[in-house]
Amino acid sequence: MSALTQDTLSPAPASPIDKPSAGRAIKDKLATVAVWTAFGIAIIPLVWILYTVVDRGANLLFDPHWWTNSQRGIVARVAGGGAYHAIIGTLLQAAVTAIIAVPIAVFTAIYLVEYGRGKLARTVSFMVDILTGIPSIVAALFIYAVWVTTFGLERVGFAVCLALVLLMIPVVVRSTEEMLKLVPNELREASYALGVPKWKTIFKIVLPTSFSGIVTGVLLGLARIMGETAPLLILGPYSKSINTDLFGGFMAALPTMINQDRVESYDPALNRVWAAALTLIVLVMVLNIAGRVIARRSKVSR
Amino acid sequence: MSTITGHSELDAEPSGDSASTGRRGDRIFSGLATGSGIFIIVLVVAVAVFLLSQAIPALLDNKANFLLDRVWEVNDSELRFGIPDLLYVTVVSSLVAMIIAVPIAILVALFLTQYAPARLAAPFGYLVDLLAAVPSIVYGLWGFFVFREYVEPVQNWLADYFGWTKLLEEPVSLGTVFLASIVLAIMILPIVTAISREVFAQTPSTHKEAALALGATRWEMIRTAVIPFGTPGVISAAMLGLGRALGETIAVTIIVSTNPGAFRFSLFSGGETFASKIANNAGELGSSTKAGAYIAAGLVLFILTFLVNAAARIIIERRKAFSE
Repeated sequence: MSALTQDTLSPAPASPIDKPSAGRAIKDKLATVAVWTAFGIAIIPLVWILYTVVDRGANLLFDPHWWTNSQRGIVARVAGGGAYHAIIGTLLQAAVTAIIAVPIAVFTAIYLVEYGRGKLARTVSFMVDILTGIPSIVAALFIYAVWVTTFGLERVGFAVCLALVLLMIPVVVRSTEEMLKLVPNELREASYALGVPKWKTIFKIVLPTSFSGIVTGVLLGLARIMGETAPLLILGPYSKSINTDLFGGFMAALPTMINQDRVESYDPALNRVWAAALTLIVLVMVLNIAGRVIARRSKVSR
Repeated sequence: MSTITGHSELDAEPSGDSASTGRRGDRIFSGLATGSGIFIIVLVVAVAVFLLSQAIPALLDNKANFLLDRVWEVNDSELRFGIPDLLYVTVVSSLVAMIIAVPIAILVALFLTQYAPARLAAPFGYLVDLLAAVPSIVYGLWGFFVFREYVEPVQNWLADYFGWTKLLEEPVSLGTVFLASIVLAIMILPIVTAISREVFAQTPSTHKEAALALGATRWEMIRTAVIPFGTPGVISAAMLGLGRALGETIAVTIIVSTNPGAFRFSLFSGGETFASKIANNAGELGSSTKAGAYIAAGLVLFILTFLVNAAARIIIERRKAFSE
């Protein structure tokens, strides 16, 4: 670092109010242009992807059948049918995943912030990081190895949920942890001073204070898992019919609906692929935006 | 996206430990919390154990050398499989993605923290974050059906001039590793940007003001104060992005054609990564002998991402030691 500072200082300005030399000024301008350009480059794909999906998929979304019908009995050559079976599958799996993952994740975060000390806490924290980095296909293979190979069970919706739990836990742990840390210690101390036991302090003071932040984490976690395809490929074969039974039969989901028909050459099928993609994006974006809006109204912030 | 920066150590001084009185409520509650923490450890260990236990029989039955032989012939009677080709495509596609994404991500992060007008910085940052909200299957669709025809001329141009290198030999496949790399770069861009942004924003303002007071231009201030401070964070951000790219499944599966002919080193040919190999053959998992081979591939992917993520974590921990 000292080398760098020296380098910029060596052409010492004659007087403090001198303007930087032309070369330095040009470099400065170039850097400004570069960062603005980079931002532009980063935004292009977002706009392009959204435009493509809306352009190719929006027309079907205005058809009421899209939201009420399944694809049962509909072949690739024929237009029609809807995505109800896939939407309900995606929502159902996401809901069950959240029901399992959120308590584990929130308690883990409470452990890390309120209880955990020393080696065990460091190990837990490290494992959460490892879990964050586990590719979704590896999570799916793990559940496959447990659910199908070891226990000999069928590939059903619930197995997909278990794989998604693995992917959702670290997202919720990390965001909850951040939020719990933002709760001022004075609040906890005030509560202890009044003789309130620790568990009640956490339950009645710490959690409510950080509630909106936790909700944000849950919504962002949901947004992540709803778009996951790999666990569905391994554990959740596609079905064209409506199935709301998580423990029996194949269950459709939006990603598998897209994956099923993407190789078709007929236009009606491809239309449905893009419409399903748009539906999925809308679901994910709504959750994502809702999460950020709630985060803004949080009681605690940096 | 502050969730993956490794801000997990307990920064604040613990308080109220003595408030835990051993009442039943306290014992149950701390038991639940500690139990959940231990459950996470058990979970990660279980992933490793189950993958290992099912990969080992297949590895023992393997007639080929797992690490060196470039074959993948698995059927119920005989297993001959090796990973060099998968490893090559996985690593190369992710590295190229990283080479494309990291410089842009650094510039975008600098833009958001040092250049963007204060009122617009948050919404601009949010736009970049939205890239992370697009499901990967949509990236795959867009990459293959829309973006491909714009990349093809670039590929042809590169192959015309640099085709003499093994890496850039003329295209033969429809969906190439190169195309996948660009799409992967777009996918990891928001991750690398979010973390870099966070570390750049933490640059002590005294450092910045000192640079400016000495007459540095804005760029010189960034080069002497912001970038040196943020380098370890950026490196670990790049590693986390790399980890994500290594394991990406469906986008790569959709985009990259499986190689019909002999394996080529060229970026402009098809191929399979660990993840896309498993995804392409998900139907074959039904047979337990064959499943073992794919689980072995998954195990290698797990180890690979584990190493990359652990390295990222160690680097960011070191940085914390210096900056706090």
